[in-house]
Amino acid sequence: MNALARTFEAEGLSTVIINIMPVWGERYGSPRTLGVEFPFGHTCGLPGDAALQTRVLRAALDVLAGSAGPPPVVVDFPEPWPGDFDEWKKAWHPLEPSPIVRWAREQAELRRQQREGG
Amino acid sequence: MAVDSYKWLPPSLKVYFANMQIEKPASIPWTPLAKPLSEARIALVTTAGINVRGVEPPFDYEREQREPNWGDPSFRRLPRDLRQDQVQTGHLHINNQDIDRDFNVAIPISRMIELEAAGIIGSLAATNFSFMGYQPDTSEWTSKYAPEAARLMKDEGVDAVVLTPV
Repeated sequence: MNALARTFEAEGLSTVIINIMPVWGERYGSPRTLGVEFPFGHTCGLPGDAALQTRVLRAALDVLAGSAGPPPVVVDFPEPWPGDFDEWKKAWHPLEPSPIVRWAREQAELRRQQREGG
Repeated sequence: MAVDSYKWLPPSLKVYFANMQIEKPASIPWTPLAKPLSEARIALVTTAGINVRGVEPPFDYEREQREPNWGDPSFRRLPRDLRQDQVQTGHLHINNQDIDRDFNVAIPISRMIELEAAGIIGSLAATNFSFMGYQPDTSEWTSKYAPEAARLMKDEGVDAVVLTPV
């Protein structure tokens, strides 16, 4: 996403990223970032919670219009996630492990078998 | 409050990301917003990997299943009159169920239309975009697809972009 923002900005478009991992805005050099401490897949909040979604969006628009620079500009959204941490640290994961996670587990299992076989 | 970028990650991924070596960029592009928000046309760009069912094909998740180190770098168009029943999800790295209920959690089109009606922003663009965020290699984004999306946005008179990675 940081690569997209940097390219758009270089093409003459002003950008702001609403980012669950705002550290990447600094490390990759994105022009403007609003950090939200929300679980993955829920960048703008909870489904059906229009008020929270609007507050996130308004905060991002303030960063877009109100930052004089210099980049990288990183601002934190002040509200915590309204859900339970222990529930949501699990709930955001895909129902099936992603292909790369499945592959990594298969590789670890192969290494284990080789160690035990050797 | 200070946002913890690693809060939702399992411990192993937390360590992996925190220790990842990233070359510091030589420069950071900077385009100040050239007009007040109330006059600006804004587009939304998400990385939720969604498409409009029956209008454009889904992202190529089947190839990612076969090649786990590859992610579809292309983009799909999302119109400002997007309806929930048109939204097709499939991102393999998140739980898509809440985006299936309310796409605004990932791409807040309805909220932007409300802000347009309230005069907070000038307008929401006619066309918004979805990419798919799992990109082990972003070279095709920077060389091809992001410049193409930027050109399409500028053709529609877009001034600014709000990006919502998931």
